[in-house]
Amino acid sequence: MKRVFGPASAFPALASMAGVTVFAVLFLHAESQEEVMGLTLGAAAALLLLARFGWNALAAVSFAGHSRTGQAAVLIGVLIIAAVFYDQHFPLLMLASVLLYIVVCLGLNLQFGYAGVLNFAGAAFFGVGCYTAAVLTSHTSLPHLAVVLIGGLMAAGIGSLLILPVLRTHGHYAALVTIAFSILFRVFLEVNDTLGGPQGMKVQGMEILGWKLNDSLAFGEIEISFYANYVVLALVMAAVAFMLVRRLERSWIGLNLDAVRLDETACAAFGIDVARWKITAFTLGNFLTGLAGSVYAMMTGFVAPNSFTFGDSLILVSIVILGGLGNPWGLSVAAAIVLMLPEKLQFIQEYRLLLYAALVILILLFRPGGLMPRQVRSYLPGWKP
Amino acid sequence: MTLGLLSQYVFNSLMLGMIYAMVAVGFTLFFGVLDIIKFSHGDVLMVGAFTGLATYLGLEALGVDSALVQLLVMTLVATLSMALLGALIAKYLVLPLRLAPPLNTLLLTLMLGTVLREAVRLFYPQGSNPKPFPRLLPADSISFGSFTLRADSVILLLAGLAAIVAVHLLINRTKLGLAIRAVAQDAETARIMGINFEFIVLLTFAIGSGMAALGGLMNGLYYNEINFGIGLLLGVIGFSAAVVGGLGNIYGAILGGFLFSALQSVGAVTLPALFPGTSTAYKDVFAFAVVIIFMVWRPTGLIAEKKSERV
Repeated sequence: MKRVFGPASAFPALASMAGVTVFAVLFLHAESQEEVMGLTLGAAAALLLLARFGWNALAAVSFAGHSRTGQAAVLIGVLIIAAVFYDQHFPLLMLASVLLYIVVCLGLNLQFGYAGVLNFAGAAFFGVGCYTAAVLTSHTSLPHLAVVLIGGLMAAGIGSLLILPVLRTHGHYAALVTIAFSILFRVFLEVNDTLGGPQGMKVQGMEILGWKLNDSLAFGEIEISFYANYVVLALVMAAVAFMLVRRLERSWIGLNLDAVRLDETACAAFGIDVARWKITAFTLGNFLTGLAGSVYAMMTGFVAPNSFTFGDSLILVSIVILGGLGNPWGLSVAAAIVLMLPEKLQFIQEYRLLLYAALVILILLFRPGGLMPRQVRSYLPGWKP
Repeated sequence: MTLGLLSQYVFNSLMLGMIYAMVAVGFTLFFGVLDIIKFSHGDVLMVGAFTGLATYLGLEALGVDSALVQLLVMTLVATLSMALLGALIAKYLVLPLRLAPPLNTLLLTLMLGTVLREAVRLFYPQGSNPKPFPRLLPADSISFGSFTLRADSVILLLAGLAAIVAVHLLINRTKLGLAIRAVAQDAETARIMGINFEFIVLLTFAIGSGMAALGGLMNGLYYNEINFGIGLLLGVIGFSAAVVGGLGNIYGAILGGFLFSALQSVGAVTLPALFPGTSTAYKDVFAFAVVIIFMVWRPTGLIAEKKSERV
């Protein structure tokens, strides 16, 4: 196949994206359980078959060589999916959730994919963003874009309380710090009456410069679901966060983060400030998580402690591991799979956690790099040794 | 506060501390031999408690109604089956990942805990509801003023103490214990000395998991109720206790267990007194916050593991 297209062609990347878009539309459109099941198995079989013929490697090379075209194709793909379902709430809500979760996982990826700072409190920082949005929209009249920003800053700020223990401890001791925080946060929300206790709080819909995102747009006969607004907003956020993380990874900052993860002692010996890079990654990651949280809260209009359990933090961690630690593309795919599959396959909804957990165990045992393992850093785009 | 009430708090806290210490000893044993954290430990405890409950129901159905026999059979079945489960987990899930980064083992066992928890919730009959646990211990009690000493609590406390002392003796006084300590100190050298590494690891996991099952039964007998979610919190608390005490050190784990329960009691008593209107439910928030702050002061626990980094 390589001879047909040549390594320089953008065609494999574009064709793959077109295929993925068509599949996503069919998948979201499928109503019966048999259809969903058939599509899932069909996709898995097709992927294996394509891998057998070397298509996946070809597409990967093509993506790497035409990253701009590839990224544009992904954006267009998401917009096409949104356009197909313009008047249906549920698929759009799911699409927006996936995009926001991608932002969260990008933050986590910065933390333990690059800098190696363990964070088992992802859902807690997400919750900080959500509750910030809930409190600020119902008690103040701050502009909502500012609320989103404050949501991110709050998550980063509360995260900074953990910086000292995270820096002082290593390995398992460091894991305890975030695990303890995750449990503490959930218990705190449950017993705190001002934050609504176990019942949670209502959140107002977002409003930007007088334009209410929770109002449906209508053009004559055609009415567009209001979730489309959130899809666009989430897409912009995800794209910006994605770009930021990719740029960070490629820059000397990313190089420093990788070095800190791989060997702290060697880093310190070479004059790299370990504490500084750990703080940078941890704070920036929590900021992204908080941002996504506050938008998510405004989109769903409701927050409750039950959404921010330790189990939810584990799901976030498993998305990053499943995708391939340190690979932003991988985690995006994994986020889509992990969020959409159980929503569509209602009969596995009940067994959702059990299946994820079992799947992650299998991946850790047999494919520890994840679905799309991170590639060795290439210093020049498209350069092959 | 009266002396009676104070001693009540102290006694309850000792009781909880004993359960925490039993969980923490497991964590510390596993860390000792393999330098890993087996996070499914709390859920093994929960499965142990459910196994005990199922055994009890089975005995009832068979018509065995002597409380002593029921108790003994329950303990035996739960402990042995959890020891087996622990060894199986070690053989098929933990040992294969021995050369992988520690994060992978931590994640794998966290996920295994989720599998166990969800399996009980979904597949035990009405597993998602709390289950009443039988009262099998004598319910006599002696009162000193406002302090009530319940016979069952005393028995549980003594049983826990006996279990911990037994493990202590096993590790410090027997040849098997010597092998465990050798593997903990240096697995390579222990192998050269002819110690069966894999057997010792499996045995250690069996001992730790058996202890967890005992802890689960004690927890059930004390509260007379179990549910599928107890493992997560008990696991995290046991882990905190082991870490606060210093991983790899049995005395540290025991100390950590009692320290954690003391923190909870202090939180439950002083928070409402200091800040009127706060509920005692903040005790866990308080205890975990103190643990996090404690980690700043002693990043490797009270009794730090001796470790030098080779560069």
